[in-house]
Amino acid sequence: MVSTGSTTALIEVEDLTRTFVVRRRAGRFRRIASVVRAVDGISFEIARGEMVGYIGPNGAGKSTTIKMLTGILVPTSGRLSVAGADPSRDRLELTRRIGVVFGQRTTLWWDLPLRDSFELLRRIYKITPDRFRSNLDEFCELLDLGDLLDTPVRQLSLGQRMRGDIAAALLHDPEILYLDEPTIGLDVVSKSRLREFLRRVNAERQVTLLLTTHDLQDIEQLCKRVMVIDHGSLVYDGSLSGLHTVGSSTRTLVVDLVDPLPDDARIAVDGATVRRVEGPRQWLSFPAEASAAPLVAAVAASYDVADLSILEPAIEDVIADIYAR
Amino acid sequence: MLYVAVAVRAFRRYATYTAATLAGIFTNSVFGVIISFSYLAVWGQNPDAGGYDVSDALTYAWLGQAMIMTVAVWSGGATDDLAARIRTGDVALDLYRPVGLLGWWLATDLGRAAYHLVTRGLAPTLVGAVLFDLRYPAGPGTWLLFWLSVPLAVVVSFGIRMLVTASAFWLLDDTGVRNLQVVCAMFFSGLVVPLVLFPGWTRDLAMALPWAAFLQVPADIWLGRRAGADAWWGLTFQAAWAAALLGACGVVLRRARHKVVVQGG
Amino acid sequence: MAEASALPDALRAYGLLARTWVRVSMTYRTSFVILTIAQFVVTGLDFLAIVIMFANIDALGGFSLAEVAFLYGGAGVCLGLADLILGNIEHLGSKIRLGTFDAMMIRPVPLYAQVCADEFALRRLGRIAQATAVLAWSIVTLDLEWTPAKAAMVGYLVVFGTAIFLAIFTLGAAFQFWTQDASEAANAFTYGGNTLAQFPLTIYPAEMVKALTFLVPIAFVNWYPSLYILGRPDPFGLPEAFQFAAPVAALALGLLATVAWRTGVRRYRSTGS
Repeated sequence: MVSTGSTTALIEVEDLTRTFVVRRRAGRFRRIASVVRAVDGISFEIARGEMVGYIGPNGAGKSTTIKMLTGILVPTSGRLSVAGADPSRDRLELTRRIGVVFGQRTTLWWDLPLRDSFELLRRIYKITPDRFRSNLDEFCELLDLGDLLDTPVRQLSLGQRMRGDIAAALLHDPEILYLDEPTIGLDVVSKSRLREFLRRVNAERQVTLLLTTHDLQDIEQLCKRVMVIDHGSLVYDGSLSGLHTVGSSTRTLVVDLVDPLPDDARIAVDGATVRRVEGPRQWLSFPAEASAAPLVAAVAASYDVADLSILEPAIEDVIADIYAR
Repeated sequence: MLYVAVAVRAFRRYATYTAATLAGIFTNSVFGVIISFSYLAVWGQNPDAGGYDVSDALTYAWLGQAMIMTVAVWSGGATDDLAARIRTGDVALDLYRPVGLLGWWLATDLGRAAYHLVTRGLAPTLVGAVLFDLRYPAGPGTWLLFWLSVPLAVVVSFGIRMLVTASAFWLLDDTGVRNLQVVCAMFFSGLVVPLVLFPGWTRDLAMALPWAAFLQVPADIWLGRRAGADAWWGLTFQAAWAAALLGACGVVLRRARHKVVVQGG
Repeated sequence: MAEASALPDALRAYGLLARTWVRVSMTYRTSFVILTIAQFVVTGLDFLAIVIMFANIDALGGFSLAEVAFLYGGAGVCLGLADLILGNIEHLGSKIRLGTFDAMMIRPVPLYAQVCADEFALRRLGRIAQATAVLAWSIVTLDLEWTPAKAAMVGYLVVFGTAIFLAIFTLGAAFQFWTQDASEAANAFTYGGNTLAQFPLTIYPAEMVKALTFLVPIAFVNWYPSLYILGRPDPFGLPEAFQFAAPVAALALGLLATVAWRTGVRRYRSTGS
């Protein structure tokens, strides 16, 4: 039964669970079966036009959730409603209203030039010629696909292919766009170009976006709302700024001193705590929103520094912090 | 020795594909059965066809099934991996030691062949032995000669496959050459129909080609059709082709080193 | 079920996808021609083997070379057509592994149609051409007394023989939903079935022929219709009605294949592998 509450929730997920039976080898011939709860009773709602980040460490259950939302996997239990329909029963009908981008593999045809793939999609989705032309022109311009149209997909670089995949996913004007790790393996420039495009698509076309990633930067740049999943459970669902407070996400300054400090002493500066010491190298964590510049200056002023680098917060740390509270 | 280690490691790697091997054994057995009945019909009509009797023919059929994978007639040989490396360009690193390269891949293929012989060679033969009346080697001498003949067959096959694979250094699309070789191998090795049945001069021609080393020679030794001096001549035939082909491979690989056409992804 | 009512859609999508693949292969025209010829030659080797056998004998299982050629051609055309229509379904396992199958599941096109059409290979005409050539030669050589019924029987043979092979291919592919490694086993039924049917079934023991009639109905592909066309009584004394029962066999096998496919997809959606 579809809930007809006052919210116009496009995607409704209630107590969604997906378990797998995993058989592992124990010795030569025996197998031990264990049950893995890839998604463990998660619930959320996504309204039309929202851009939601879905973040978690590898194996947390992100891809599994997307597969259930798209109908590829059926849930073990729980309720699932996308645009008023149940993806596990009405998979085929829903395909017209959704677009999917898989980060790890393409949805395009490997041997076909981009142009031919798009043309094939036009006919499969029965897109009107006008709409198709206008969408294609716009995407080619925004995603810089013009020169690539005649290249077979197999000859495209990862970044180019990803752009092609995103254009392909939007050609038929879907209401929802699912992106499963779209920025994985991309360089910094490509990532930011992609994010800019997604922002635009969401703003101009009202496409609801659900984006899974384990790169916090994607979330920072794109989403006001973020859901954090870990070991199949939703550990946080709220605003991004809230996440920083709750998760106290920290960045790390890695300092390589010329000589290790005597007596295992730790670097003492305001605004940072030493997490780890290994010989001349010390890891200092400081709040993610703070600028690293004053900290670097302070350290360099008081200690003999050979080298420095900054590590971005890992989602695992954010989650660990959430749990710790 | 290094090459022994390489061979053993190849054996182990192929040994992990249990399900595929079982499926392959099933398929080999089915084809073995079909071929056996067709030979029964032929020799039923002409009990002395090609100088074989019906037991010879049936045994030949099952030996053929056993040798298909061992000798990697279609595919499944270690050279497939090399072909993949040529396509991706990884081979550029390997090429700087052409002798090492050849020896390495030969050792790998022999390890693989040993695995396939023991599984997809032995198992269907047992099935055939249970279902039909086969002939077995006469004595320990025959067994010894047979077991000398089989690795020689693998080396000859390896030599041919290596040459075909090496063509990928020059041809962007080596599927044509590959298919042609498979056709020749299937036909001239006697897998499609025993070479002894070939009429007239075609039989003599087929017996002289390297593919005769794959199955016909080992089978004739097993059946006792080549005994004593004849058997040694058979082994010499195999060894001669093996040497010639490996020599050719060495030359070709050295050439390839000079002209590496690396194919990107 | 939703997919059953989408038959015209499925056919249209299949046609669209297949045509696209044909276009791709045409851009590598030389390669296409070479591969088609290669297919012709490779599949023709089996007939060459039969010719060589007949260099040593007069009759195989009581059938002349021309009669065996008729059997051979009939089986070959049926397998060739089935292979052309959906031969690539054999690669279902690798499609699942590579994620191509998931990519198919998000498109508004029935899955089966997509899987069948994927990488449609027109070069498979090579086998069909070769088998047709042999069949034509046998018809010319045999000098039979043709009646409209016999002529119709040839069409009947091709239609229902192909249908049976289509079902066998589908069953073999559905098997890959459970195990991808053991996929080669299906070859024993598809290519093995064809090889088996090249010969008159008289060379096989009676129990085997019964199995080929009631268990794995390969005998209905070309053997029974051929008995009618060649005007031969059933050597095993089985009912003459079998010569007209291919539609029954095709239907039964087709239903089985449909169930197997649906169950396989259901399993995939429940286990994710």
